[in-house]
Amino acid sequence: MSSAVDGLCVEKVHVWRGERHVLKGVSLELRPRELLQVTGPNGTGKTTLLRVASGLLRPEQGSVAWLGKPISSVRSDYQCALAYAAHEPALKADLTALENLHFMVGLKRRVALPELRAELERTGVAGCADLPVRVLSAGQRRRVVMARVLAARAALWLLDEPFTNLDTSGSELLTSLLAEHVNGGGLALVVAHHELKLAAALRRLELAG
Amino acid sequence: MSTEATSAGTGRAMVLVIHRELCLSFRRPEQLLQPLVFFLIVTTLFPLGLSLQLSMLRDMAPGVLWVAALLASLLSLDSLFKSDADDGTLEQLALSGQSLTAIVIAKTFAHWLVSGAALVLVSPVVAMALGIPATAFGTMLFSLGLGTITLSWLGAIGAGLTVGLRRGNVLLSLIVLPLAIPLLIFGAGATDRAVSGTSAAGALYFLASLCVFTCTLAPFAATTALRITLE
Repeated sequence: MSSAVDGLCVEKVHVWRGERHVLKGVSLELRPRELLQVTGPNGTGKTTLLRVASGLLRPEQGSVAWLGKPISSVRSDYQCALAYAAHEPALKADLTALENLHFMVGLKRRVALPELRAELERTGVAGCADLPVRVLSAGQRRRVVMARVLAARAALWLLDEPFTNLDTSGSELLTSLLAEHVNGGGLALVVAHHELKLAAALRRLELAG
Repeated sequence: MSTEATSAGTGRAMVLVIHRELCLSFRRPEQLLQPLVFFLIVTTLFPLGLSLQLSMLRDMAPGVLWVAALLASLLSLDSLFKSDADDGTLEQLALSGQSLTAIVIAKTFAHWLVSGAALVLVSPVVAMALGIPATAFGTMLFSLGLGTITLSWLGAIGAGLTVGLRRGNVLLSLIVLPLAIPLLIFGAGATDRAVSGTSAAGALYFLASLCVFTCTLAPFAATTALRITLE
């Protein structure tokens, strides 16, 4: 087993999509207080790598381990320890931002509404809490998703292009939230083209075609 | 890092899912009403298009009722997992730390409440229009109840299999309708016997066994189908 027993360890993962060999033996290690930024041109498997790391996609070859154990054997614990924000915001247009959060976070842990309001406040969308998501802009939806990630109180963040649609202040906010999370002992695997300006331990993984 | 992120109970999660599904349904009442209106219209078209003799109508009524109920349930099945799959909610549900099977059970139950159970509730109106005597209502409601539960589960498997496809709803009908044939035979049979005043027990037992059969096995089949779609 690998040395990264206190974090996430992806080892020599191969994924085929039909005839296409998307991930060719990708390995990565992520320990607490670390942020790994995944970059690379479009279509090189960044999202696929994130889906493999989350356990949504089982790789044809290779393994993903959390705290030294394969994630398939600690599925429930692993899922409670991770917060995944995909490219789609996964918000229901007919529900309010608060209802959306209450449902999604509520599945992971018991959570009270004031706490969720506080998280929305932190991401700057407190005013949208009781509005149906259909009237929110794309950037506001991103911020609601960030509030969901925060409220999950997860150790590991898996974020897919979290800077999309965010304005300048939103990007700065996200950067500072990432720094806070990582400095507080968290782990983050972020797919982003955005230049991350972090004082924290930042590493890059470049996927090539 | 805080470690309070321990999984909430499965029962609580299921209640949460049911609550959310009902919330979503009632925010979009047109989706809720469409199958019901379809059911009412189709069943009122039959007496208009056929002979007006009540005895003849009464003979056909159980069949008409069941075929209409089947088609009306199919209308709403497509949306069971589709919107969740499209907006990424399904991925979040699969990563929620809860058993996906439990979530599928809760979703299908909520779906049955707003489609199947609602259909059962309006069926006496239709039955009266078709000339089914009030004495047969008990059997009819019971058989429709069992039938719609079974249908929801057959539909959940079909919806899970077709959720990733672009024009899945036609394929969904092609998958579900053949499987629903025994349901139609025994369901219409039970109602028919109740109308003619003979014992419907045999047909009801068959319906009940089909219902138990799908309730126990379909959740796992539907979950597996969804997992395949997610990959």
